Amino acid sequence: MKRIVILGAGTAGTIMANHLNHEIDKESWEIDVIDHRQEHYYQPGYLFLPFDIYEPEDIVKHIKDFIPKGVNLINDKAEKILAGEKKVLMQNGDLIHYDILIIATGCNIAPEEVEGMNGKEWRNSVFDFYTFEGSLALRDKLRKWEGGKLVVHITEMPIKCPVAPLEFSFLADSYFKNKKMRDKVDITYVTPLSGAFTKPKATETLSHLLVEKNINQVNDFGIKKVDNENKKIIDYEGREVSFDLLVTVPTNKGDALIERSGLGDDLNFVPTNKATLQSLEHPDIFVLGDATNIPASKAGSVTHFEAEILTENILRYVKGEPLKEEFDGHANCFLETGNGKALLIDFNYTHEPVEGTFPFPGIGPLRLLKESRMNHMGKLAFRWIYWHMLLKGTHIPFVSTTMQMEGKHF
Amino acid sequence: MEKIISGKTINVNEEGYLTGFSQWDKTIATEIAKEEGITELGPRHWQIIDYLQDQHKKEIPLSIRKIGKSGVVDIEEFYALFPQGPLKKATKIAGLPKPASCI
Repeated sequence: MKRIVILGAGTAGTIMANHLNHEIDKESWEIDVIDHRQEHYYQPGYLFLPFDIYEPEDIVKHIKDFIPKGVNLINDKAEKILAGEKKVLMQNGDLIHYDILIIATGCNIAPEEVEGMNGKEWRNSVFDFYTFEGSLALRDKLRKWEGGKLVVHITEMPIKCPVAPLEFSFLADSYFKNKKMRDKVDITYVTPLSGAFTKPKATETLSHLLVEKNINQVNDFGIKKVDNENKKIIDYEGREVSFDLLVTVPTNKGDALIERSGLGDDLNFVPTNKATLQSLEHPDIFVLGDATNIPASKAGSVTHFEAEILTENILRYVKGEPLKEEFDGHANCFLETGNGKALLIDFNYTHEPVEGTFPFPGIGPLRLLKESRMNHMGKLAFRWIYWHMLLKGTHIPFVSTTMQMEGKHF
Repeated sequence: MEKIISGKTINVNEEGYLTGFSQWDKTIATEIAKEEGITELGPRHWQIIDYLQDQHKKEIPLSIRKIGKSGVVDIEEFYALFPQGPLKKATKIAGLPKPASCI
């Protein structure tokens, strides 16, 4: 019996377990998934939790409910990947041999990377919303906050879901309007980028929305430290932005397991072939989701597209056939803009988000890069799709794995 | 698109990055630097430009974090030499593509 080991039962690992369970010859292959956690979190929900749009129970379920029968879930912590020996060393001393290893260990926030971020104001007036605990703590803070300077901040790229901080700013604008206290809140968006987003056309649309919603923008801000005493963030050129409430996206790093195993770059992301998703160093290791270093967005939709291509490549690898160089960096994201509206963006490695229609060229019904209620309904409906289709590896109708060029205004 | 710098025609993308390194020389670097608000490139600037070009040649992805740890320049000085977005400015002057970490 040969063995495929999947490290991580988050979005990426769970989708792969489901795909492979259907596709691989179970007479000769065993599939193991290793994850020490009990809960599976719907991470897009972290954006809605602070604003009382979702409740905690909407976004937390048991990991084991999504791992199919026929796949072996090992609920223990992995200590180290011994890539040369094709083994995973577990914290309890067990050694698990693999023929193919799939790394799906994701990424985490690392507030300790910036001086003072983790200081005495952490979860007092300095918050993150990239963890369940952070998002929940921020909800409690916002419920009783009386207003002042709200600073929404990105530390450095790459981060998981690069549009989330913008969405947070837009939703904050709506939230305070609904609470009839928008006039008491000054919102500033601080980014290390030169504009609102990473791609020019979307940046134009999004900058316009920031202005419309009266959100100040500070660009090219390379944070050096958080001054807890004076409640300021300070950059390497000495620029200062003061806050009463700082909502920051700390540096994102790959899992510490990757560092312990010596398989990552300086941010613990695994060097990966961006078209085949094979590790650049070890042919029997494949990587997907937030754990890779590929220049695509770290997002669930990207992982979903990657998983379809990776499944095919693993089947090819097993048969000794050449891998398909097919992954194009495709991302397809709803972007909340507040007041019950959202934008939809569709892009890949080479094509930036543009206007057009989706998924049917010329018809829609969804409009790309335009605010609409329909897009917002799409974003809310997505939670159901996530739990019931995406994790199970069910193909989402009409949404293609690689990006479609028709119906888009390049 | 084409652009004329000190009498030479070079090809740049819509953000002003050279599309091919073969067209790069020190005069072009000096002129791009001026457009970016850096009036004179001193020895420290050139050391960093050399370093970035060398890393790019070796296909090592560039990031401010890595440059800060390289021993060539610390982050503070990097910002002082190429203010407001040092990596995107320095790579543009060095004739390299905009790094993925800026995307």
